[in-house]
Amino acid sequence: MQKITRDQLIEKAASLLANGTVSCVLGWQKGEFDYDITPAVFETEDELKANFVWNDFCGANFSKYLVSKTKKCEGKILVFLKPCDTYSFNQLLTEHRFDREKVYAVGIPCEGMADIAKVKAIAGDGISAIDCSGEKLAVTTIYEDAPVMIDAKDVLAERCVNCKSKKHVAYDELIGEDGDVIDSARFDEVAKIEAMTPDERFAFWQNELSRCIRCNACRDICPACTCEKCVFGNPNSSLENKSPANSFEEKMFHIIRAFHVAGRCTDCGECSRVCPQHIPLHLLNRKFIKDIDSFYGEYQAGAEVGSRAPLVNYTTDDLEPGEVFERGDN
Amino acid sequence: MQVKEYKPLIVAFCCNWCSYAGADLAGNNRLNYPADVKIIRVPCSCRVNPMFVLRAFQRGADGVILCGCHPGDCHYTSGNYYTRRRMALLFSMLDYLGIEKERTRVEWVSAAEGAKFAATMNDFAEKVAALGENKRLEDLRCKR
Ligand code: SF4
Ligand code: SF4
Ligand code: FES
Repeated sequence: MQKITRDQLIEKAASLLANGTVSCVLGWQKGEFDYDITPAVFETEDELKANFVWNDFCGANFSKYLVSKTKKCEGKILVFLKPCDTYSFNQLLTEHRFDREKVYAVGIPCEGMADIAKVKAIAGDGISAIDCSGEKLAVTTIYEDAPVMIDAKDVLAERCVNCKSKKHVAYDELIGEDGDVIDSARFDEVAKIEAMTPDERFAFWQNELSRCIRCNACRDICPACTCEKCVFGNPNSSLENKSPANSFEEKMFHIIRAFHVAGRCTDCGECSRVCPQHIPLHLLNRKFIKDIDSFYGEYQAGAEVGSRAPLVNYTTDDLEPGEVFERGDN
Repeated sequence: MQVKEYKPLIVAFCCNWCSYAGADLAGNNRLNYPADVKIIRVPCSCRVNPMFVLRAFQRGADGVILCGCHPGDCHYTSGNYYTRRRMALLFSMLDYLGIEKERTRVEWVSAAEGAKFAATMNDFAEKVAALGENKRLEDLRCKR
């Protein structure tokens, strides 16, 4: 259960709309099911009351939407940002992707979001409704009359289990209390893979990446990936969709996708969240983050606006590429 | 049936100002290095996008080497410093995916180092030949 309520957020949004501070609100609304919450733009209090949603499935990070929405919306746009979203927000500002003047950011605390795959693993398929308002999630399926009660802690998304920060790094106004940066165990999984033999690593990634259907959702959702034209969208490149053969092509897509955001990836976890094939994309991003931290000093993308990303920076005595393998940690 | 002798195909990205001239010098001095090293001239080592390296592998290279001016000598002042960071991360990532680390290399070769160029290519070709064909990064659609 989240600490702040839907009513609190609607009230805030409605008052900002009423006093003219903002002219539209970027918020969450119900999708096809109770768990596929989608982003939406609200313009009136009535719309908010009818469709606005805030619960354990509001994982969507709105930062990237600001790039297009600030251009479309007359006046200021209100955006609700969870702590991890604020890092993406800052990163986009650093890259001059939207006009800060056109945004009114309200920071909201987050108790962690639920992963629907974990919910389904417990409650089974055929979920008809999920009620997040009580202490536990009440999951109703079409097969049972009584709802299955699930502790939110048991179905936390991976990125929330390993949450890196409950602190907001950007906002105009804060609802509730701010938290702290957390020293999470987010690199443990990466270290486990590093400890495997090359053959095991290859088999591990072959197994994961060959499931990719190249829907490009991971690219589209990523707040660090905001190019308007993408090499993976070029119909003449032979890279724009999945090859019919089992080949290196998926791996190339994944290496380049992760590389393109290396140093700019805030580890928001959106890519892993949206992947319909449950590919652990965060393990690729975190490998880059871990390497950057150990080669060039710790760096958290988005922690402050205007910081220089490690790949557009250098020192004259940087590590040589050949030395990467002489270090014990690889 | 005659078995074709295996010779690795090596792609060498050489920066125009130093390493390409170094390769030229190696030729002028009649120094031997394997004919299977295909040189691609780039304006500066930092012109090499990680995608170039992966595309070379995808299209059948067995090893990819990148040569540029020595750090501090880049003709665009700082290009090779960026190359150095990029390739360090890329190589580490390839290793993380279980791809043999001997298949990739970065070497700084100046215009005066013809001998170093030839020695580097000989050594690299030998290491790659010992690994055999590049299976992990190939793309069946690109097989000749
Ligand atoms: S790569 Fe994934 S974790 Fe990193 S910023 Fe993009 S969506 Fe977020
Ligand atoms: S979201 Fe998943 S399946 Fe879709 S392209 Fe990305 S990794 Fe592949
Ligand atoms: S010009 Fe040679 S590396 Fe930049």
